[in-house]
Amino acid sequence: MAAGSAWRSLVSRRFPVSGSNRPFSELRWFRDSGCMVQDPTQFDVLVMPNLYGDILSDLCAGLIGGLGVTPSGNIGANGVAIFESVHGTAPDIAGMDMANPTALLLSAVMMLHHMGLHDHGKKIQTACFDTIRDKKVLTKDLGGNSKCSEFTADICRRIQDLD
Amino acid sequence: MIKLNSKNIRIFLIYFFIRRLRVKMAAHGSLLSVFKSINPRWNGPLGNSVKIFGTTFTNHRNKATLTREHIPPPAKYGGRHTVTLIPGDGIGPELLSHVKEVFRFSCVPVDFEVVQVNSAMESEDDIMDAITAIRRNGVALKGNIETKHTLPPSVKSRNNVLRTTLDLYANVMHCQSLPGVQTRHKDIDIMIIRENTEGEYSSLEHESVPGVVECLKIITRNNSLRIADYAFRLAREKGRSRVTAVHKANIMKLGDGLFLQCCREVASGYPDITFDSMIVDNTTMQLVSKPQQFDVMVMPNLYGNVVSNVCAGLVGGPGLVPGANYGQDYAVFETATRNTGKSIAGKNIANPTAMLLASCMMLDHLKLYNYATLIRNAVLTTMNETRLHTADLGGQGTTLEVVQSVMRVIQSKGQLTAEF
Repeated sequence: MAAGSAWRSLVSRRFPVSGSNRPFSELRWFRDSGCMVQDPTQFDVLVMPNLYGDILSDLCAGLIGGLGVTPSGNIGANGVAIFESVHGTAPDIAGMDMANPTALLLSAVMMLHHMGLHDHGKKIQTACFDTIRDKKVLTKDLGGNSKCSEFTADICRRIQDLD
Repeated sequence: MIKLNSKNIRIFLIYFFIRRLRVKMAAHGSLLSVFKSINPRWNGPLGNSVKIFGTTFTNHRNKATLTREHIPPPAKYGGRHTVTLIPGDGIGPELLSHVKEVFRFSCVPVDFEVVQVNSAMESEDDIMDAITAIRRNGVALKGNIETKHTLPPSVKSRNNVLRTTLDLYANVMHCQSLPGVQTRHKDIDIMIIRENTEGEYSSLEHESVPGVVECLKIITRNNSLRIADYAFRLAREKGRSRVTAVHKANIMKLGDGLFLQCCREVASGYPDITFDSMIVDNTTMQLVSKPQQFDVMVMPNLYGNVVSNVCAGLVGGPGLVPGANYGQDYAVFETATRNTGKSIAGKNIANPTAMLLASCMMLDHLKLYNYATLIRNAVLTTMNETRLHTADLGGQGTTLEVVQSVMRVIQSKGQLTAEF
């Protein structure tokens, strides 16, 4: 489509591949979705227009465990940014200390990186991943029985241990 | 006699503007309504048609296009069918030559009329010749024709031209898990029905302001009703219990909203089939986490593109799944994901399964059920029992080895065969 070719030429003209050897390649996005399902590890950074991003971001969220663990950020001009989890409001479990805080927590980590507080961001991310990897204190959506507060407390404990 | 006054000049300008958009279906309706409102005299004596400069814009949507009219059986000259074969680009020519070889070996009463389409040319003569051949024969088997990005944007996708000119409104794909292919998810059995002629593939774009491109997505009531009806009829025919409409009507309230509304209307006429809907981004997420929940899915063009590729990836890749494009009068068979496979062309590593299964669907369409079953079973035996796989499935086999294995299985069934 012309929109596609105009977008392609704009991206390759404005942001020429220079300096580091990062290849820029285009992939027809329908083939992308098939390749994503078969071998998602071949992809690194993907850039695309709005609708394709909507579809592909949910597809990738499904590949890594769902919307409960997927962070996101909306970046505007002049550093204005809003970070949010992409899952819904889940009114059925609101106020019951059952929700998985991972998505919002990792979104906050993205915010810390955006603000330049890389050390803090890295610490919290490491603690969060270690807690999930350990599988001892998991919320219900990840297959465990623990409460949200217990999960958070475990992450805090790990951060303290890292200090 | 039409007077040249300001009112009529306005009418002519509107006519040329709408004509330029080349939105055939919507233009007929909009033209009719525009002219009827501006000059009611034109409506009265002519009924539903308006005669302008010798052309007649008839509202032929009044025809019963939704009920399946009787399609005459395909012609059999000398007891043999003639099928148009379009080799296409990339791996298409080699895979179709293997199909011809398997047909020759199995003594299938089908002759192929080969029509080459040169994707590097700007003129549409080649594809028009192919369309004429398909009109003549009624059925075609094709490889994907490459759409070169170096050509100007005015050169449309040849595959798209073929589908829209022949009005092949339904693209049908059946994704089934194969026991012999290792995949993350098992027991997948999804039928995908994709609207094939409009939506985001209407090829209507313009750049009114430099750097700002507008692309028109066309959704019409008639085509939406038609595809929904096709999906429900197919579900009933195949004994399926659930149809899911995939959409993005929360954002595209008018376009996808119309599609969804049409699906709901058609669903009310099929009380034995459960109907539900799902937004496309949630659909892709559900497909990669729990694909077994889906039965039959119906959707507009672009979402069909995504969902069919995701489903093909789930069952083992683009080399396994055949696809069919059905219209009122014609049928064209090809691989489901329509890949050209340029990077693996000529290397004898492409998976011939999808094209062979597509040829079996074609044989079913020609009512040559015995041959279709024979070849299909041979392909599935090679895939599931012999487990001779090509590189895309993690195997070491070449295309030729897989095809020869298929032919050996056919021979072992005791059928009359030609020589190897």
